[in-house]
Amino acid sequence: MLILSSRAQLWHPRTHVNYELKDDVAVVRLNDPTSKVNTLSKQMEAEITQVMNEVWGNAQVKSAVVISTKPGCFVAGADINMIKACKSAEEVTSLSQEGQKMFEKIEKSPIPVVAAINGSCLGGGLELAIACQYRLATKSKKTVLGTPEVLLGLLPGAGGTQRLPKMVGLPTAFDMMLTGRNIRADKAKKMGLLHQIIDPLGPGLKSPEERTMEYLEEVAVGVAKDLAAKKVTVDKKKGLIQKLQDVVMGFPFVRKQIYNTVTKKVMKQTKGLYPAPLKIIECVQSGVEKGSSTGYQVESENFGKLGMTAESRALIGLYQGQVACKKNNFGTPERELKTLAILGAGLMGAGIAQVTVDKGVATILKDTTLEGLARGQQQVYKGLNDKVKKRGITSFERDATLSFLTGQLDYSGFQKADMVIEAVFEDLAIKHQVLKEVEAVTPAHCIFASNTSALPIRDIAAVSKRPEKVIGMHYFSPVDKMQLLEIITTDKTSKDTTASAVALGLRQGKIIIVVGDGPGFYTTRCLAPMLAEAVRLLQEGVGPKMLDSLTTSIGFPVGMATLADEVGIDVAAHVAEDLGKAFGQRFGGGNVELLKTMVQKGFKGRKSGKGCFLYGAKSKDKQVNPGAEEILKTFKLTAPPAVSGNEDVQYRLICRFVNEAVLCLQEGILPDPIQGDIGAVFGLGFPPCFGGPFRFVDTFGADRLLQKMKRYEEFYGNHFTPCQLLQDHARDPSKRFHK
Amino acid sequence: VKHTHTYTQTNIYIHTQSGIQWAHFSPVFQNRFKSPLRIKKTLSKTGVKNIVLVDGVRTPFLQSGTTYADLMPHDLARTALQGLLNRTGIPKDAVDYIIYGTVIQEVKTSNVAREAALGAGFSDRIPAHTVTMACISSNQAMTTAVGMIAAGQCDAVVAGGVEFMSDVPIRHSRKMRKTMLSLNKAKTLGARLALLGSIRPAHLAPELPAVAEFSTEETMGHSADRLAAAFGVSRREQDEYALRSHSLAKRAQDEGLLSDVVGFKVPGKDIVSKDNGIRPSSMEQMAKLKPAFVKPHGTVTAANSSYLTDGASAVLIMSEEKALALGYKPKAYLRDFVYVSQDPKDQLLLGPSYATPKVLERSGLKLADIDVFEFHEAFAGQILSNLKAMDSDWFAKTYMGRTSKVGSPPLDKFNLWGGSLSLGHPFGATGCRLVTTVAHRLKKEGGQYGLVAACAAGGQGHAMVIEAYPQ
Repeated sequence: MLILSSRAQLWHPRTHVNYELKDDVAVVRLNDPTSKVNTLSKQMEAEITQVMNEVWGNAQVKSAVVISTKPGCFVAGADINMIKACKSAEEVTSLSQEGQKMFEKIEKSPIPVVAAINGSCLGGGLELAIACQYRLATKSKKTVLGTPEVLLGLLPGAGGTQRLPKMVGLPTAFDMMLTGRNIRADKAKKMGLLHQIIDPLGPGLKSPEERTMEYLEEVAVGVAKDLAAKKVTVDKKKGLIQKLQDVVMGFPFVRKQIYNTVTKKVMKQTKGLYPAPLKIIECVQSGVEKGSSTGYQVESENFGKLGMTAESRALIGLYQGQVACKKNNFGTPERELKTLAILGAGLMGAGIAQVTVDKGVATILKDTTLEGLARGQQQVYKGLNDKVKKRGITSFERDATLSFLTGQLDYSGFQKADMVIEAVFEDLAIKHQVLKEVEAVTPAHCIFASNTSALPIRDIAAVSKRPEKVIGMHYFSPVDKMQLLEIITTDKTSKDTTASAVALGLRQGKIIIVVGDGPGFYTTRCLAPMLAEAVRLLQEGVGPKMLDSLTTSIGFPVGMATLADEVGIDVAAHVAEDLGKAFGQRFGGGNVELLKTMVQKGFKGRKSGKGCFLYGAKSKDKQVNPGAEEILKTFKLTAPPAVSGNEDVQYRLICRFVNEAVLCLQEGILPDPIQGDIGAVFGLGFPPCFGGPFRFVDTFGADRLLQKMKRYEEFYGNHFTPCQLLQDHARDPSKRFHK
Repeated sequence: VKHTHTYTQTNIYIHTQSGIQWAHFSPVFQNRFKSPLRIKKTLSKTGVKNIVLVDGVRTPFLQSGTTYADLMPHDLARTALQGLLNRTGIPKDAVDYIIYGTVIQEVKTSNVAREAALGAGFSDRIPAHTVTMACISSNQAMTTAVGMIAAGQCDAVVAGGVEFMSDVPIRHSRKMRKTMLSLNKAKTLGARLALLGSIRPAHLAPELPAVAEFSTEETMGHSADRLAAAFGVSRREQDEYALRSHSLAKRAQDEGLLSDVVGFKVPGKDIVSKDNGIRPSSMEQMAKLKPAFVKPHGTVTAANSSYLTDGASAVLIMSEEKALALGYKPKAYLRDFVYVSQDPKDQLLLGPSYATPKVLERSGLKLADIDVFEFHEAFAGQILSNLKAMDSDWFAKTYMGRTSKVGSPPLDKFNLWGGSLSLGHPFGATGCRLVTTVAHRLKKEGGQYGLVAACAAGGQGHAMVIEAYPQ
C-alpha cells in the first residue's frame, strides 16, 4: 500500500513545470499549456515548489536553471483571476505569503539557481527571477522586466518590495515599483537587475526563435556549472556611482529624506486617489529600516489590503478590458491591407501616418498644399527621430521606415489603395467632396474611413456609391501617444469593412472600441455634456484654475479648462453646437456663445497661444488669459449655492458624463459596458481609479448617483435627468454593469 | 543533447581534424587528380567570349602595423602592379584599362587605381577606376574587367585590390569639421574668434572609421559569433578549423606553393618576401584566449578570426584571342559568376551559402564536379556556419527558396593552401588571391573546375567558377 501511494505521487502528472538533468544541472522548464503566457497560478506555484524540492533532494544536482519554454514569455506575472477570486483581505494576504515562502526557499537554495529569461518577465515573474542567484536574459525586443503591479493597484507581493531595493538601490527600486514601467534587457543589466545578456540569434539550422531559446539554455547551463564550480561569482561589479550611492544610502537621514520626497511626489501625482504607491513605500521602508521579517509581514498585509480596494478592482477591470479590446471580433479581413492613403497631413493625418509606416504598410499622405504636406512629413520624421534619440530604433531603421511614406498633393497611386482615411476639415460638404473624389480613383474594394470626431458617418456615407465600404475611424490626438481608436459602423457598413478597420487599428497598436453611429458616437457624445457643464461652471464664477484643480483632484489626468484648450475652443464650440442641435436641451448648460466669442477673439486654445490660459511663456505657473476672464464676466450667471460646493461641482461634471455614457449603452451605440469604460478612460481620461463610467456606477451605487442627479435636476432641469437604464439599475441593486 | 549529435554526424570531417591530417596528404589523392578519367566538358558557351586569367600576383600579406606601416595604400598597389608587369612581361601600353578594389579609402588617393598605375609606370593613357564592395572589392574589380571584355570594349584589363590598415583616415568630429568649415567663410577677425571660442572639449573627440555595419551598428565579429551560435558551431570546432588553416598555410609556404607572392623592397627596410601572419599554434594555446566580441559566453576569438592586414594583389585578364595573340599561355578561364545579398543583420556572412548553388546552376555543374574550392575565411565560425548551411535542406528550403541543399564542399578539396585566417585578409585584395590560388591549385592538382566564394559586409556575397586552361 505504501509503495503504491508513493508511486502514485511519483507519477502524478505535472502539466506546467518539469525538469531535465543536463550533466549535473537541473533545467527547470515552465510552460502553462492552457495559455499563451506563463502566469504564477496556483498550479504553477505548486509545481515549481514540487519540482524544486525534487531538485534539492537530488544529490546529483549541483546547480539549476529556471527557464520558460514559451517563446516571448518567461513569466508574465501572477494570475490576476486568482486575486480576483479572493473574498477577503486575509485570503489575498495568504496568497502573498505563499509566494514569499516559495521565493525565499529559492533565494536560500543550497545550490545556485540561474534564471534564464527570454520575453516578458513581469510582476511575479520578476520576483521569481530576483529570488534566483543569477539572472541572464536575451536582448530580444520581447524581453522586458518590470513590476507593473502598481498599475493594477497592487504591489509586488512575493518579496519584491524587499529584494529590489537591495538589488538596484532605493531610488531605482522606487522608480521601478511606483511607475511599473517596462525595462529592456540592456537597461536592466546596467541597473544591476541582470548579470548577463545574450543577443538573439538569426537563422541557423532551426528557426531563430527556437535556436535562441536553446542557446539561452546552453549559456545558462554553462553559467550554472561555473557557479557550482565557483569559477563565476554572483556579485556584480559596481561602478563608482553605485558604490557612492551605497555609502550615501547608509545614512538613515538620507533614506528618510528619500521616503519623504518619494511620498510627496506620489501625493502630487496621484492626489491621494491611489493607495498602492503609498503602501509600496511603506513596505520598502519597513523592510529597510526594521529588517526583512517585518518587511515581509508588512508586504503581505498591505498586499491583502490592496487586493480588496475598489481602486485595484477598477484598474484590474481596465487591464482586462484593454486585453479584450485588443482582439478582432469581426474575423479575418478578406484582403490584407498593403496600401493606406491618408487625406490631410495635419496633426491627425500625420499622426495616423506615423503609427502606420512603422508597421511596414505603404502609406500615402496627401494634402492640398505644399506647406501643409511638409509640416506633416516633418511630424512623422520627428516622431521617428525621437525614437532614434532614445535609442529605441537605429537611424537606419528610421530611414527604412520612412521609405514606406509617400507625400503628395494629387491622387496618383490611389488606384492601389486598400483603404483611405480622411482627416480633412470637419465640414460635411468638404467630406462629401473628398469622398466622391476618392471613390472616383480608388478600386472597388477600397475602404473609405473618416476620422471625424462628431459628424455622423451615415451622413458622410450618404453620397457614397459603396456605403458598405464606409466606416468611421476616430483617432485621438496625439495619435502616437493616445492608445484608443473608436471605430464607428453604420447600418450599411459591411462586416468585412469593420474587420479590416479593426485589423489596421490593431496593427497600429491601438486599443479598439467599435460603436454604433450617431452624432458624436460614444466618446465625443459623453464629453460634450460634461464640457457644457464646465462652461456653465465657468459662467457661474469657478475660475479656470479652480476648475482644473477640481477635476484633476478627482482623477482626471488633465484639468477640464486645460482640456478645452488642448482640444481647441473652436473645436469645442463646433461640437457643442452640432451636438446641441442633435440632442437638444439635454446638452445645454453652458452658453455656446461664450465659446464662440472666445473663438472670435482668437482664443482658440493652445494652438493659438491663448485660450482659457496663456501659452508661449515658459513659466511653470500657467497664467489665466485676462481676455478670457473679460468674456467670462459678460456671460456671468449666479451659482445656486445649494449645489455649488466643491464636491457638488465635481459630481455635476461626473454625473453628466456618466449619464450620457449609460444612455449610449441604452440606445445601443455602445455594444457593452467594457468598451464604454475603456473608451472613456483611454480616450477621454475619465479617472482610471473609477475604472470607467460603468464601473463607477457599480461601485458608487446607481441609487446614490440617482439621488444626486435628482437634486441637481431641481436646479438645472433635464441636463440631469437620469436615463432609463440608470433608473433601472437604481431600482434593482442586483443589476450591475460588471459581474 | 540531440541536436549536437546531428551536427556531429553531418560534419564529421571537421571534428576528426581530417583537414590537419591533410597537411601530410597521401599521394592517392594526387594520383586521382591526374587520372585521365577526370577530364570533363568545357564550360565554353557559343556566342560568349572566352575570358582568361593570364596571371596573378600579390605582395606579401603583412599584419598591419608591421613592415609596411609607413607606406601609403597606393605604394602597395603599385608594387603589385609592377610585380604583374615583371611576371607577365606585358608591354606597359598593351593594357586597355585598370580597375582596383579597396574598402577603406585613403582620402588623398580616393581613385587609388589611377595613382598606383601612374606610379607603377603604366602608360598615362590607360584609364583607371576604383571600386568598392567590402571584402569582395577585388572580385568586383575582376568581374568588371570580365564585363568590359565580354562587351567588346576592352581586350586586356588589369584588375586588383589593395587594403592598408596600418593607417586609416581618422577624422575630426562632425562638430569640429563644421566649425573649421565655417572658419573658412568667416570674414572678420571677430567672427573667427567667435567660432574658435565655440570649440568645446566634445569637438575634440576624433571619429574613427566604423568597424560596425552601418545599417545595424553591429560589428562583424559580433555578427560572426551570433552566426556560429545560430548554427551551433562550437568553440572547439572553430579553433580546430583555424589551426587547420594555419597548418595548411605553413605547409604551402614551406613548400613554395604560394608562387603568386612577389617580393617587395620596402623603402628603408628589408625585402619582404613572405606573409607574416601564419602562426600554427596548438589547441591548448588557442583555448586560453577569451572571446573577443561576445562576452563572456562567445566563441569567436582573435585566434579563430582573420586579422587586420596590409596587402595588394593584381591579375591580368584578357580575351582568350588576345592572350594567344600576345603569345601567352593562360592559366585559367574565368567563367560564370554571381553576386548575392541577404539580411545584413542575421545573415551578414552567409554570402557563400547563397552564391554557391546559384553559380553552380548557372554553369550547369554539381558540387561534386568542383575539384578546387577557395572560400574566403573571414572567421572560422563563419566558414563552418556556411558549410552547415549548405548542408541543410531545411535552410535551403526555408531561407533560400530552393528545393534541396547544395551540399557541403569536401574539406579535402577546400582551402588547401591556407586561407584568409592564416594568410591574412587585406579586405580589398583577397578576391584576386582567391582566383589566382584556384588557378594555381587546378594546375598543381590536375583538376578542371574551381570555385571561389566569399562573404562581404553589407550582407553580400560572391561566387565564381574557374576552369583550368588545357595543358
